[in-house]
Amino acid sequence: MLLFMLKRLGQTLLTLLVLTFIIFTLARMTGDPTPLVMPSEATDEDRQFFREQYGLDRNLAAQYVIFLNNAAHGDFGVSFRFRTPAFDIVREAVGPTLSLAGSAMLLAILIGVPLGCAAAVRRGGRLDQFTSLFASLGQATPTFWVGLMLIVLLAIDFPIFPSSGYGTLAHYALPTLTLGFYASSSIARLTRANMVETLKSDFVYMERVLGLSGWSIVLKHALRNASLPIVTYLGLQFGLLLGGAVVTERVFAWPGIGQTIVDAILYRDYPVAQAAILTTAILFLTVNLAVDLIVMALDPRMRDA
Amino acid sequence: MSNLTLSGRERWHRMSRRVRFPWPQGFRPGFGGSLALLFCAVMILAAVAGPALAPFDANESDFAAIMLPPAWLTDGLWEHPLGTDQLGRDVLSRLIVGTQIAMIVAIATSVVAGVIGVTLGLIAGYLGGWADAVISRIVDAFLALPFILMALAFISALGTGVGNILLVLIMTNWAPYARLVRSEVVSIKRRDFVVLAQMAGVSRTRIILRHILPNAANSILVLAVLDVGRAVILESSLSFLGLGIQPPDVSWGLMLADGRAYISIAWWLTVLPGIAIVATVLSFNAVGEKLRVWFDPRGNL
Repeated sequence: MLLFMLKRLGQTLLTLLVLTFIIFTLARMTGDPTPLVMPSEATDEDRQFFREQYGLDRNLAAQYVIFLNNAAHGDFGVSFRFRTPAFDIVREAVGPTLSLAGSAMLLAILIGVPLGCAAAVRRGGRLDQFTSLFASLGQATPTFWVGLMLIVLLAIDFPIFPSSGYGTLAHYALPTLTLGFYASSSIARLTRANMVETLKSDFVYMERVLGLSGWSIVLKHALRNASLPIVTYLGLQFGLLLGGAVVTERVFAWPGIGQTIVDAILYRDYPVAQAAILTTAILFLTVNLAVDLIVMALDPRMRDA
Repeated sequence: MSNLTLSGRERWHRMSRRVRFPWPQGFRPGFGGSLALLFCAVMILAAVAGPALAPFDANESDFAAIMLPPAWLTDGLWEHPLGTDQLGRDVLSRLIVGTQIAMIVAIATSVVAGVIGVTLGLIAGYLGGWADAVISRIVDAFLALPFILMALAFISALGTGVGNILLVLIMTNWAPYARLVRSEVVSIKRRDFVVLAQMAGVSRTRIILRHILPNAANSILVLAVLDVGRAVILESSLSFLGLGIQPPDVSWGLMLADGRAYISIAWWLTVLPGIAIVATVLSFNAVGEKLRVWFDPRGNL
């Protein structure tokens, strides 16, 4: 099992390395940042000093090593726009994004798992049909449009919640609903699929023969058996939520990492954009790694694999 | 038995059997699927015919007719069936021209990303070894981030506009094809007909193209159709963020971004482009699902 865990860890690190290389290459495609960073009255020596400091005068391989080393120390350079370290800006934005993604995840689990179970129990019934419609709609509707429609409905026509901003609990309502809708539809679909499979298995049949009540079979035994792929999927879904948050934050003026990335690109503030994208990538990879390790701890069958 | 003794439902079944559409053998899209196919066809037609179908020039402002509501509401004019926006541009015409951009970008993405991904997947799956290790790690890295985030990383380097967005979507969408094809090839290449062809001395390229690729074609087609829907959503999301299609080009996402400022006084500017996106994506996804069921009736997802 330890070997397997180490292998999984190594895989994640390798993926991260390839990702940093992609991001580094993209960053270099934007050209020499010196004229963007230095004020126009800077002397040539100042410019040369800056180039040396960030290794811009050396070859690409050396630059990549410097980039990796700096990134590992949280140094992505100075924001062109705010003149503060890029990573500080990103760090402030991580909290709001994680709390939004977390609350959306919670909502999605609370809606998606019961809906998926109920749909699987009465396969082909009204609720099952509703669930599959819900799942298809959730897949086909862009997040930002859900957000806009919720603003029309719950902030303008029926002014219950604030339409944008950050701070109080009420501000969470619309962004959470927006992101939660997106995630709950796919969680419902996956829960349904796994429950349908589990309910077909022999042990469920045996339990029925032994006369256990229907709901106790579904909730105590089947859901528990179906839960592992669902937990794995939740980790993946959390990453998708981070992606969905980019757009949702824009709609609701949420001061998170997505907003930071989009603003940074619009203002050509490359250090902040890179720092934010790489930070999100690390968050995503860490969550997936953690989920895999948790699943491994929960399921003895995985340990021998 | 005369028709009169049958219930309405049974009579309908008999009639519908008589006029069944000549689908290929075993393909049963049903009512929803047929509707979805029809809608996809209409969208592709709108993309081909494009501006010729639009009653007005999509960028023509008419300051005498600003923010007209759709025609069925009071103050609406039949001249502008779906109303006008804040610059007096005809919403219907903009939706039609937006369809053209959305479809061209999405279908081109699906085809080009498909060709790249399939090629790399074939190489990785068939050759194995080093080629497989390198390609698989790159695929992992590309799939390690949500598509929108990867797209933003590329946009920060490449910039915006139709050409760049197309490039960005291709760069972010090829990896799923490679992963799918690789896993298909790995299982197909162990099957008898491939092993026999190898023993008979058939060339490597010919084995890949004539024996392996046709057996993976069904799943590739399903993925490609589903990919169109995903590309439509990605493009509209990027355009909505201001990082995709730029004016004077027209895009549904851009229309939504523009309409957002007038959301409390002109709902049609945010509702209608959204419906266009949802209907399009829903249709392509439904067609993809039907194809999947047709190719693999016992598949359980």
